[in-house]
Amino acid sequence: MTAAETPFEPKIVAFCCRHCAYAAADLAGTSRLAYPPSLNIVELPCTGRVDVLELLRTFEDGVDGLLVAGCLPGRCHYLAGNLHARQRVDYAQRWLEDIGLEGERLRMINLSAAMGAQFAELATEMAETIKGLGPSPLGTRRAAGEIPSIGCAACGDPAPSLAESAHDRGDGR
Amino acid sequence: MMDQLLAPAPAAQAPAPARRFKSGSNLERMLAAGHFAVTGEIGPPKNHDADVIRRKAALLQGCVDAANITDNQTAVVRLSSIASGAILVGQGLEPVVQMTCRDRNRLAMQSDLLGAAALGIRNVLCLTGDHQSHGNHPGAKNVHDIDSIQMVRMVKEMRDEGLFQCGEEISGGGPPLLIGAAANPFADPFELRVHRLAKKVAAGANFIQTQLVFDMSRFREYMKRVVDLGLHEKVAILAGVGPLKSAGMARHMRDKVPGMVVPDGYVARMEAAVEGVAAEDKTARREAWRAEGIRICIEQIQELREIEGLRGVHIMAIEWEEAIRPIVEGAGLFPRPAPEA
Amino acid sequence: MIVAKQKPLSELTAMLDGYRNVLAVGCGTCVTVCFAGGVKEVGILASALRMARRLDGQPMSVAETTVQRQCEAEYIAPLAEGLDEFDAILSLGCGVGVQTLAERFPDKRVLPALDTTFMGLPTEQGVWEERCQGCGHCVLDITGGICPVSRCAKQLMNGPCGGSQGGMCEVDSDTPCAWQLIWERLDRQGLADRLLEIQPPRDWSTSRDGGPRRIVRDDLRLPPPEDV
Ligand code: SF4
Ligand code: SF4
Repeated sequence: MTAAETPFEPKIVAFCCRHCAYAAADLAGTSRLAYPPSLNIVELPCTGRVDVLELLRTFEDGVDGLLVAGCLPGRCHYLAGNLHARQRVDYAQRWLEDIGLEGERLRMINLSAAMGAQFAELATEMAETIKGLGPSPLGTRRAAGEIPSIGCAACGDPAPSLAESAHDRGDGR
Repeated sequence: MMDQLLAPAPAAQAPAPARRFKSGSNLERMLAAGHFAVTGEIGPPKNHDADVIRRKAALLQGCVDAANITDNQTAVVRLSSIASGAILVGQGLEPVVQMTCRDRNRLAMQSDLLGAAALGIRNVLCLTGDHQSHGNHPGAKNVHDIDSIQMVRMVKEMRDEGLFQCGEEISGGGPPLLIGAAANPFADPFELRVHRLAKKVAAGANFIQTQLVFDMSRFREYMKRVVDLGLHEKVAILAGVGPLKSAGMARHMRDKVPGMVVPDGYVARMEAAVEGVAAEDKTARREAWRAEGIRICIEQIQELREIEGLRGVHIMAIEWEEAIRPIVEGAGLFPRPAPEA
Repeated sequence: MIVAKQKPLSELTAMLDGYRNVLAVGCGTCVTVCFAGGVKEVGILASALRMARRLDGQPMSVAETTVQRQCEAEYIAPLAEGLDEFDAILSLGCGVGVQTLAERFPDKRVLPALDTTFMGLPTEQGVWEERCQGCGHCVLDITGGICPVSRCAKQLMNGPCGGSQGGMCEVDSDTPCAWQLIWERLDRQGLADRLLEIQPPRDWSTSRDGGPRRIVRDDLRLPPPEDV
């Protein structure tokens, strides 16, 4: 098996809230605490910005694991963004299981900006979990041409961008 | 307005020559003679074994004036209530056939009522029916074409006016059926319960059998309102009683059965009944519980007899029909009088 | 609004077995506001289906689009173009949307992605409740604005039944008893006496029991072409 020759380095994306986990990751870096090199950090204004669609699309794009890192409960700068994120992560986990992926590939953690060491620890733990599970069975990339969009018949937009689409909620709700 | 609505229903213009009795059933004659009536209940089996019915009927015979036959009770499929009723007729025990609105539309109901009368059945109890989600076919479609109050009125129109629901005449006259309905004084909202009874009376109910009475004070309050409205003079009210089988059953009925109120005192008495009886001695515990259950039931009947406006008791001892005789005897209601025809 | 929920993914993958190129069509009206079949739900379901099929070794392409209203021919007409390349349409509209697509594109397989459940409203964020069954003869005037057809488990017209306890329905202790609500509402309006009136049996022929229903408004129909 080639995996024995080139050790599997899981591709993990971390959606980090700017007010806590992103700063904690920064702190971990400046404190020279080791965390998995293949961790891709995406800064968010709040984990409340996370959407189930983006979580699934990220997996479809071939990541092996996904961390959503928000503020400690009760410490969200927008009151409940981290709680919403938790609900959506739980919901997306159920989707993953239905699809046939392990729910553990997606995880939500809660941190404060000062918790650099914990960030490094949890990220490492996540990498170990994913190593145990092996690479995502979906393969690396979405097969080319798998999503031929024919646009939105409602507004004639040739390729509606999904999450931001103005007609996202139909009646603007 | 309320008084007007609660006023006696206009006397039925019976097309047939004035009958002395509406149905001539034993129960009707018993009530007409002013006796304190006793009815029992039989749950048909979940198969086609007629002997089960015959055996249960034999246990009730002589102890009750009529025996209810449940209609797919708790939405569990059982031998048909009308077929069971016919078996009882053959055996000389008068049936009260129960019919729910859950399983039949107005076509099937009217057809079955004619069939029941043809088989010699003279009493019918009109019920809404437990929801099928509690039974053994939760995926079944329910009917509820008409509700129990509309059904009472339908049977009355069939019997007294000789009319089908569509207005067509029933040739040869309607089926002679004594019309019963249920009342649950313990369901909510309490204020509405007496009104609902009044509606059933206005619709044409001749007798009422209540849900099991455990909470005497609430029942007294209910009966007081019934008497205040004079409803007890228009309909014969039979209070539902039933022996508790075990402390577990008492707790279950207190906590789990919708529309049932069981005061803690009875639960405590059932629990105390097995004090000092070894937990391993299942038979002894069973006997102790059952003896206490029967004792409580007899006391309840005695208490109920003191309540103004009550005309009888309906004893529900499903799957324990052996209990009926000791209860009726213990309550001093045995033997049953034979009313004149 | 019409309230629906998505079918389980396993049911949809079984339904789509053998198809390789599917167009998922959302609807921008009722099912968007109940989060079952709008742009985002189309995206989530399409992504999930693609991943599930890739894992099965049977990759399937799922294109995504959403129309403003799936239940009117005009709104779905633009889909005709480019439809040839798809071997099935997966509709995330309500049952009416699915059938409108199927009527408009009779040669295409049109499959339902949703279980259309009821006409109702959101009672809080994330919770929807049934309010109407379209019985064809509204009785809300008698029942204080609370529908006994859709909200009483036994569709009683002279309720409540004997199972009503503590304000809840005998069917499940989380569902309010419609007749308790009706009584409270009428009592509050000083009209509780009305509950003493016996409501006669209903004429269900206006409801589903009368067969498929149809409403015709002659004043709105187009004049016959020969008269124009
Ligand atoms: S009575 Fe009929 S029309 Fe009126 S809300 Fe209920 S189901 Fe709908
Ligand atoms: S409890 Fe209330 S809502 Fe439920 S079936 Fe009975 S009357 Fe209808």
